Amino acid sequence: MELSYNEIQNLETLSLKVREHIIRMSTDGGCFIGASLSCADLIVFLYSKVLHISPDLVIDPNRDYFFLSKGHDVPALYGTLAELGFIDRERLKNHLKTSDSIYWHPNRAVNGIEFHSGSLGHLLSVAIGVAMDIKMRGGKNSVFVILGDGELNEGSIWEGLLVAASKKLDNLIAIVDRNEFQANIRTEDLVPLEPLEPKFEAFGWKTKRINGHDFTQMANVFSSFPFEANAPSIVIADTIRGKGLPSIEARADRWFVNFTHDEVDMLINELHGDVVSNLTSETLMVR
Amino acid sequence: MIYEEKLLELAQEDERIIVMTAENRAAIRNLPEKLGDRFIDVGIAEMTMVGAAAGLALRGRVPVVHALAAFLTLRAYEFIRSDVGIGNLPVILVGGVPGFLSDGNGPTHQALEDIALMRGIPNMGVFCPADEDELTEGLPHLIISGKPFYVRYNSSICQVPHTIPFEIGKAEAYPSNAEPDEAEDVTILTYGFLLEQALRVQEILESDGFAVRVINMRTLSPIDEEMIFDAIERSQLVVTLEDHFLTGGLYSIVSELLLRDGMAADILPIALNNRWFKPGLLKDVLQYEGFTAEKIAANIKEGFEDESDELDILSQELYTLN
Repeated sequence: MELSYNEIQNLETLSLKVREHIIRMSTDGGCFIGASLSCADLIVFLYSKVLHISPDLVIDPNRDYFFLSKGHDVPALYGTLAELGFIDRERLKNHLKTSDSIYWHPNRAVNGIEFHSGSLGHLLSVAIGVAMDIKMRGGKNSVFVILGDGELNEGSIWEGLLVAASKKLDNLIAIVDRNEFQANIRTEDLVPLEPLEPKFEAFGWKTKRINGHDFTQMANVFSSFPFEANAPSIVIADTIRGKGLPSIEARADRWFVNFTHDEVDMLINELHGDVVSNLTSETLMVR
Repeated sequence: MIYEEKLLELAQEDERIIVMTAENRAAIRNLPEKLGDRFIDVGIAEMTMVGAAAGLALRGRVPVVHALAAFLTLRAYEFIRSDVGIGNLPVILVGGVPGFLSDGNGPTHQALEDIALMRGIPNMGVFCPADEDELTEGLPHLIISGKPFYVRYNSSICQVPHTIPFEIGKAEAYPSNAEPDEAEDVTILTYGFLLEQALRVQEILESDGFAVRVINMRTLSPIDEEMIFDAIERSQLVVTLEDHFLTGGLYSIVSELLLRDGMAADILPIALNNRWFKPGLLKDVLQYEGFTAEKIAANIKEGFEDESDELDILSQELYTLN
């Protein structure tokens, strides 16, 4: 897939809009802003250029399925669904309001969301079930699932990787949002994951690695899916937690934050290239 | 009809049905060749099996999944709760060798909290068939219900014919020898393979002059409240008989109902009180643990006569691993 200059411009514009939504959801209760920003480009690209899905196709059995296994980055998905017409943009103002169902983890009351998640290590297996059914019925659609790198600590992921390979699910593709952090610590400082490619290859998955913020690389990798017949595919997408906001990028203390309204305004300006924000709100620390 | 034949018949009639297993084919060993790709063995991977069953259900399938009850309900618990339960998806979870049926395997294999766990999940039904006849009669009802269900698998041979057709949430009564308008001395509430022992207890106690009614609960969620309150009203003593921990099973259900309605009753719980059972061959386990008809009958007589509620079955020494 060759992307034209205009296409890249449009993707970047859409990504900026999605990032604005994420920033606006990081107040009045807050959100997992860092992880949402790291996978925003991936979600924007998949919905814009790869997935056979649209507001008209949400119950079409021949649609592509997209699962967010690390559910806490759902603001990136909410923002994308709002920009692409799956849900009303105004609904994002209902974030964390009990009058709506837009909260810290995904659920099916939001049009376009296939399944709920939140507990890590679940949706790879759910995606496997969907992929098996599509194969059984002779369907041509594909199943995409985004995993967190911290989520790779969960044993159910590795169990699922083995099972998916054994069932030769070449209609299944996993994408690891490799932002190098889990909660308040670097993955490599806790339970080191690298080298990842040989691990996935040894588990029977065809593996490619890209920069998860580079649309040209995404275009190349996703157009070559499935990477090999009769094997599931996996993309390790190297990303930056907090991408787009230098005051948040790659910082252990910017995981889940509940910013003030003034800080949100500063961050929106920062997103558009103005000065780096002076943030005082503290992150939720789990260790 | 045996379970495997019934499941095959249902699957042949209804292409939504997918048979899954975590490499536990004992009850379904002839199905792979007959069902082709609608038979899925994921290997020893209960979590992935249940998650994948949820995915299949999202596509309109009705997966019937199989694993040993202890591993299905414990290893995969969060997948059952969070994927099947929250999703309210029509997945039928069939747990093998529950309760005493794990006989010689030891405590790792003893599913004695499965009912407590499964009934603790909103939307989840719990079916505890007394024998294979009830299992095969109930199965289509579970599938038609469109709800998630846990099945405490039991393929023992039916010893006494059932009295009424299966219905979800309806218990089955085996009447006492009392006159129709007379109260019973004892009602035994039970489920699963212990029904057979309960019916023999009924014989023993009735030959000793007691009027004893036996209730086969069939489903523990939903529970037949009417039958339980009827038993409490009609009987001097109500016995809950189960191969489950005392906590969270039928005794707990009855207790909750009584408390909810501000009632009190004489209840004799026969269950495993805060301990696992001594592993061995099933008949020896029943003997050792006091769950033979003769021992249960003796216990009930004592409970009936003893106002102090000092119950043998509960005061046994704890079984601990050395």
